[in-house]
Amino acid sequence: MIKIVSTVLYLVFAPVFGGLLAGVDRKITARMQGRKGPPILQPFYDIFKLFSKEAIVVDHLQNLFVIGYLVFIIFTGCLFFYGGDLLLAFFAITLAEIFLIMCASSANSAYSSMGSQRELLQMMAYEPMILIVAIGFYIATGSFSVGEIITSQTSAIATTPGIFLGYLYILTIKFRKSPFDLSTSHHAHQEMVKGLTVELSGRTLGITELAHWYENTFLIGIIAIFIINATWWSWIVALAVCALAYFMEILIDNTYARVKWKVLLNSSWIVAFGLGILNLLALYYIK
Amino acid sequence: MSFASKSPWLIHYDGSSCNGCDIEVLACLTPVYDVERFGVINTGNPKHADIFLITGGINKQNEEVVKQIYDQMPSPKVVVAVGACACNGGIFKECYNIMGGVDKVLPVDIYVSGCAARPEAIIDGVVKAVALLDEKSKSISQGR
Repeated sequence: MIKIVSTVLYLVFAPVFGGLLAGVDRKITARMQGRKGPPILQPFYDIFKLFSKEAIVVDHLQNLFVIGYLVFIIFTGCLFFYGGDLLLAFFAITLAEIFLIMCASSANSAYSSMGSQRELLQMMAYEPMILIVAIGFYIATGSFSVGEIITSQTSAIATTPGIFLGYLYILTIKFRKSPFDLSTSHHAHQEMVKGLTVELSGRTLGITELAHWYENTFLIGIIAIFIINATWWSWIVALAVCALAYFMEILIDNTYARVKWKVLLNSSWIVAFGLGILNLLALYYIK
Repeated sequence: MSFASKSPWLIHYDGSSCNGCDIEVLACLTPVYDVERFGVINTGNPKHADIFLITGGINKQNEEVVKQIYDQMPSPKVVVAVGACACNGGIFKECYNIMGGVDKVLPVDIYVSGCAARPEAIIDGVVKAVALLDEKSKSISQGR
């Protein structure tokens, strides 16, 4: 019963949470730059406007791909909040990303296809670490099931601190934050205009934004299950850790310039192997 | 309820401007004026934009470019001519290569005067454009 309730709560409130998070993000970013910043509800105004605007569609396949992106992101999140299989959730989110890349490359526009190529590179950079996260959870708690991970006796982070740090590192790529916002960025007016989403307009752009909110909620959920264990107070600690992690993401976003793709790929693989694999080896040794 | 006025995203195009107005447009984005507090984003992408901000007059070379950008913008959209040159050609009006203000090629909605236009005037123009955007989106939704 509680599983169904949490899934429905995710379906309904993930966009609200994701939108508020984006609003707070923009406000804090503005304050860090010495500006007043837009209202907290600004992302909602933006998305409502996008849905009311005319959609100029370059290729009708785009609509299908964008909907595929949204559906598989929601599927990922539902699986996660239902307490389902973490590995399957990671596979589903990869499929969703593929839909977005196909959407961008179907537009046959220079910026859009450059964005999709860079997105593939980013996937290449973060996928090893994502797999290590899933394996780490399995070895630490003995299950891929989110429901069992959060009811284990000790927090997963106690035995997987390296994997946790590695996950935070690739989270910068997943949140599309500087220095790793190569394919597209939240900040307007880039070297490639908007990269991936450059050819999307009106409703289709609104759907990608909505999917991104669902995705962010899921990604923050992963941070939380590193902390959560059978005790009630671990949920409060998890909430604090999630908030701190996101604040650090904003800080890094505002203090680092975008890197080239080689730095992105090398550094994230070094982190994946340095922190992730070593942590896995240590886990094997302990257990 | 229309949300067009709460989230006006703009695209800025430099016609044959002397860059005076361009610098003032960018000054609007700085911490001093911070137009993002009204939800304004300088997108640089016609497909995401609601407001088309043009500085400088129109010549034979950029005529097609301006029309192209205008056509790529999804409706409802508003055109704002910023500065004396964009309004009527300014000091370049009689030049052999200048066609005149932006209104020679596009339906301009808002004229912002000044040489260079002051950031306050530009923000005022954008706010007026935003009100017009609301009107236009209302008439579109009624037309459906």
